[in-house]
Amino acid sequence: MVRQVSSVTVTDRRTAPPIEGLRDAVRLTGVSKVFGRGSSAVRALDNVSLEVPPGEFTCLIGASGCGKSTLLSLVAGLEQPTSGEVWAGGGRVAFMFQEPALFPWLTAAGNVELALRARGLGKAERRQRTEELLDTVHLTGFGGKRPHQLSGGMRQRVALARALAQDADVLLMDEPFGALDAMTRDVLHDELDRICAGRQLTILFVTHNVREAVRLGDRVVVLSSRPGRVIAEYGVPIQRPRRIDSAPVAELAAQVTDRLREEMGRDAS
Amino acid sequence: MPANMPPPVDKNVPGYAEKLTWLESLEAPSDQRSRRLAARAWGGLWPIGLAILIVLAVWQLIHVSGWKKAIFPGPGATLSNLWHQLQTGLLWQAIATTAQRAIIGFALAVLIGAVIGALVSRIRPLRAAVGSLITGLQTLPSIAWFPFAIILFGITTQAILFVIILGAAPSVANGLIAGVDYTPPLLLKAGKMMGLRRLSLYRYLILPASLPAFVAGLKQGWAFAWRSLMAGELLVIIANQPSLGVLLSTDQDQADMASATAIIIVILILGILVHALFSMADGAIRRRWGLTGSS
Repeated sequence: MVRQVSSVTVTDRRTAPPIEGLRDAVRLTGVSKVFGRGSSAVRALDNVSLEVPPGEFTCLIGASGCGKSTLLSLVAGLEQPTSGEVWAGGGRVAFMFQEPALFPWLTAAGNVELALRARGLGKAERRQRTEELLDTVHLTGFGGKRPHQLSGGMRQRVALARALAQDADVLLMDEPFGALDAMTRDVLHDELDRICAGRQLTILFVTHNVREAVRLGDRVVVLSSRPGRVIAEYGVPIQRPRRIDSAPVAELAAQVTDRLREEMGRDAS
Repeated sequence: MPANMPPPVDKNVPGYAEKLTWLESLEAPSDQRSRRLAARAWGGLWPIGLAILIVLAVWQLIHVSGWKKAIFPGPGATLSNLWHQLQTGLLWQAIATTAQRAIIGFALAVLIGAVIGALVSRIRPLRAAVGSLITGLQTLPSIAWFPFAIILFGITTQAILFVIILGAAPSVANGLIAGVDYTPPLLLKAGKMMGLRRLSLYRYLILPASLPAFVAGLKQGWAFAWRSLMAGELLVIIANQPSLGVLLSTDQDQADMASATAIIIVILILGILVHALFSMADGAIRRRWGLTGSS
């Protein structure tokens, strides 16, 4: 399935006129977040505005310390903004972390099932959905294993199945493949593509890997560091299926990297 | 930018992901629990057997050397005394009484400790008020409570149970509080994002996450309960209720060293057996959670 992306060139959505009738899945308006107080206060995010239409896969990229993770926590409602407004569509929001964050006392299936239980599903339905979700992430037959019996990639697949089990409208992903080897990551990219194609899922994906961002996103948003600000946005007009090592991906990734370097250079001087 | 389609590659062939899953599964740590039960039992038992042999040998040497020979019997006389006592109903009756007190006292301590631990870990002002008090109680030797308990309850089983509870409940409570406190924040975040709230968060996340610390608290609580019970049975001697403490006390009165030593061996073995039960529970949890390291 190919998603249409309207913007090809660098756009600044903050100055773009609001589109009538289109309801964003996620919207941040002038959001700032300051940690601490007085002289030790750290401004993690500064006046960030971002609109994510429903069903869009948005990648957030920036050097470490640019407040990417803070931004996700704000959208998740785990933290409150110091100023500005965060809107997450009012629906369910799922979160996938860099670590799988699976519950070690439950099996893989048990972890997925708990998410279904939290939604109040009945036992028979839970069992059936758990099986389907484990099939979806290609873990058929591994449901009875405990997290420590699985490899890193498999644990992250369980975490993905658990996030999908929440049947959320918005999926937040905080460098979910950052700790995996390149080959496993590559396959998980394909799987994420395949899974997204079948659902109306809005994804905010944080990464510091530019190629990964271009490989996955409909749009790549570049944040500056300390404090985090939106400095550029790139639409990704590359048709799916994509490959991380294909020429168009590499080409756009180079552009984004240049922009990032420029920003970091400015920062250092 | 040209939006050209990348050429189809072999990794898009159906089944590729499955193959990789299989490859990943080879990388996953495998269960090395294939050792036979008998082999594991032998591995655990021979050091114990060796330790017992060493103790008996040293004991026999002391006996042969003639130190306090008149009042201090050797292992032979003691073990035969134990063997004879095991044939009588009295020792078994005493074991039954003591075991019953231990079970009731410890069960009550666990119940009370768990309730207090749950409340204290949950309610912040209560934590500030009671938290340090619990730790204080834990360090207080429970034998100090006996005059208090005897004045309050008289020479009764209640007095003994009271001291067992005061001895063991703080450890149980502290175990639970520690478990709740050290629930990994990342798991809490994950649970909250999943939609677990309040009671369900407690039931499905915080309680299971605190299980290892809780079992550690139970283990320590048991050690305190067992000590309190033995002290209690020596101090609170109830007529017509033979217990291990009563037997020990009678031996002291009659200067029956062989019997006294035999009873101590019984107490030691009972304590070790219960401790082994807790260790098994602890080991089962660790294996389940994958906390056993390389073994």
